[in-house]
Amino acid sequence: MKVGLFIPCYVDQFYPGAAIACLQLLEKLGVDVVYPKNQTCCGQPMANSGFEHLTGGCNDLFIKNFSGFDYVVGPSGSCVLHLKEHLHNHDNPEIATTLSNKLYEFTSFLTDVLKVKSLPARFPHKVGVHQSCHGQRGLHLSQMTELVAPEFSKPGSLLNMVKDIELVHLNRKDECCGFGGTFCVAEEAVSSKMGKDRVEDHLHNGAEYITGVDMSCLMHMEGILHRQGSKVKVLHIAEILNGE
Amino acid sequence: MSEIQNTTNHADLAEVFNNDEARVDWHDETLWWIRSKRDVAVNKINNWEELRETASQIKHNVLSNLSNYLQQFESNALSNGIIVHWAADAKEHNQIVLSILRKHSIGQMVKSKSMLTEECHLNDFLEENGINVIDSDLGERIVQLAKEMPSHIVLPCIHKKKEEIGELFHQHLGTPAGNADPQFLTETARQHLRDTFLTRRAALTGVNFAIAETGEFVVCTNEGNADMGAHLADVHIASMGIEKIIPERKHLGVFLRLLTRSATGQPITTYSSHFKRPNKGKEMHIIIVDNGRSIQLGREAFRNSLKCIRCGACMNTCPVYRRSGGHSYHNAISGPIGSILAPNLDMEKYADLPFASTLCGSCTNVCPVKIDIHQQLYKWRQVIVKNGYVPAAKTASMKIMDWTLSSPTAYHTAGKAGRMVLKYAPFMVNNKLNPWYKHRDMPEPPKESFGEWYKKNRK
Repeated sequence: MKVGLFIPCYVDQFYPGAAIACLQLLEKLGVDVVYPKNQTCCGQPMANSGFEHLTGGCNDLFIKNFSGFDYVVGPSGSCVLHLKEHLHNHDNPEIATTLSNKLYEFTSFLTDVLKVKSLPARFPHKVGVHQSCHGQRGLHLSQMTELVAPEFSKPGSLLNMVKDIELVHLNRKDECCGFGGTFCVAEEAVSSKMGKDRVEDHLHNGAEYITGVDMSCLMHMEGILHRQGSKVKVLHIAEILNGE
Repeated sequence: MSEIQNTTNHADLAEVFNNDEARVDWHDETLWWIRSKRDVAVNKINNWEELRETASQIKHNVLSNLSNYLQQFESNALSNGIIVHWAADAKEHNQIVLSILRKHSIGQMVKSKSMLTEECHLNDFLEENGINVIDSDLGERIVQLAKEMPSHIVLPCIHKKKEEIGELFHQHLGTPAGNADPQFLTETARQHLRDTFLTRRAALTGVNFAIAETGEFVVCTNEGNADMGAHLADVHIASMGIEKIIPERKHLGVFLRLLTRSATGQPITTYSSHFKRPNKGKEMHIIIVDNGRSIQLGREAFRNSLKCIRCGACMNTCPVYRRSGGHSYHNAISGPIGSILAPNLDMEKYADLPFASTLCGSCTNVCPVKIDIHQQLYKWRQVIVKNGYVPAAKTASMKIMDWTLSSPTAYHTAGKAGRMVLKYAPFMVNNKLNPWYKHRDMPEPPKESFGEWYKKNRK
């Protein structure tokens, strides 16, 4: 099985640790992983701003970089969702559909394809799990509180394999953090307030770390924690699952 | 593409709302409490998701055969003795109401809650024509006294604290200053409205459901104010949007179960009143209003928005609505549903609304008729940009982004430059020109990107 590692642009630039953890954990699990070096961005920032018509270049590049793999795995529910919903190729629609069917968000690749049952990880801390909306409501990585349906959580099931971890209860377990891509600057006031409220829920319930499947939400919450002088840290879920 | 100067936009109004953080917290908690009540109520129904799907399909049928159902409804209503009017737009609707009142020489009217009349700005129009209108829904009466628009379609004065309502009542209804006891204030409103009900000869109500099969319509209220107004008046006018049709009476069994559970967490509205024919010697009118709905029906991507039954669940769950308040949407219908309906009416004026969302998708999940609200917000963004209703600066920056991200070389250079700037000249980014920095710090730049690390550490 040959897997292409898709690292979202802002993870590549700002959070290499999250990307390294993904790569190392996939390697530990016996997967043949390759990182195509000419990748850039999924195009979501433009598309969510209403400029989907400008994402052709990003689409072509993504298809060029990743079409040759059995699976493509990326540590971001949001970028993966964007590609699954909007990746297209005008001349060859088939190639885009085939690729988007092979595309997985990191935790769901572990649970659904590799069917991981145990992990050698240990993380003796209190951890709050942020449910990133696009992973949760878009990719159905875990059940949504709005629906009358049985509970499940793919990231949660993986975290439960980690030794000595304590997952904290949140008062609002799947409220949006307010990042929202360009929303975070276009609607700065509401975005920051949403972030403050989300962070407060984790702090109030004693989290030492906030984790999740999307570094973008975590970057937003980290910015708020930092400004508040908090010692609470954010970590991508791969960094916990890859821990000693 | 011209520079759009939008003086009323959601982001600015929301920023003003957020100047009082304690109030934002209060507003958020109040609406979250209602969302939580909704969760409790819907979890008592085992087949809730099936019920939503059924309602969605019934509405799908309605929208696919709308003209037939409307004609069937009209013909049955006529044979029931109801007078039926058709209004192409808000102006025609308002003129029809005025002409009915003029015909009977009526100068005062009582009105129960109707978001359609808010959409048509009926009150202002009637006041300009010398007709006195009193809103009989308590929340609507409060915003009417305050000379404001409703901030929520189900809870019109949810933005007001009880102390503020006490002050309004003190000014307008003569209650003692400083009295903010909800029971006392409600009783005052009852007494004040009782006189209105007894003296008004015309009553206007909304319509929740119009049944094609029988020509009757159903009005849902918790206060009984629609019934009180309609039964005491000589003339009952009911205003409905063309999308309010349901095919058969039995379908009420689906919609009435969904409506109030979604809205407030109640099993059913206190009053679900059926109106079928006028009492002897009285008149009953129905005004069937289009006002842009048939245009929306023709927009395939946005057609489903006409399934809306106006429960307000999408507002209660929306994390942006809860923290920006209904008035920040500067439209009669606020929140996520307002944001997908309003651009149809005026794309330029409401170009900001589809962007007032993180696209978190919670609205879509609570919607009792399964409107894909957040997907439509995304689609409206594309339409609005293509029609040129975005600032030129944004278009320019998006083109630069496209150029950078389409070329690996440009991307790697820009990424490196960005990290260098953050590392060695953080003041270039961390300043008040960067909205991110106002309440958040930028991430610490790492010494190398993942791409650079990979080159060194793997083959």
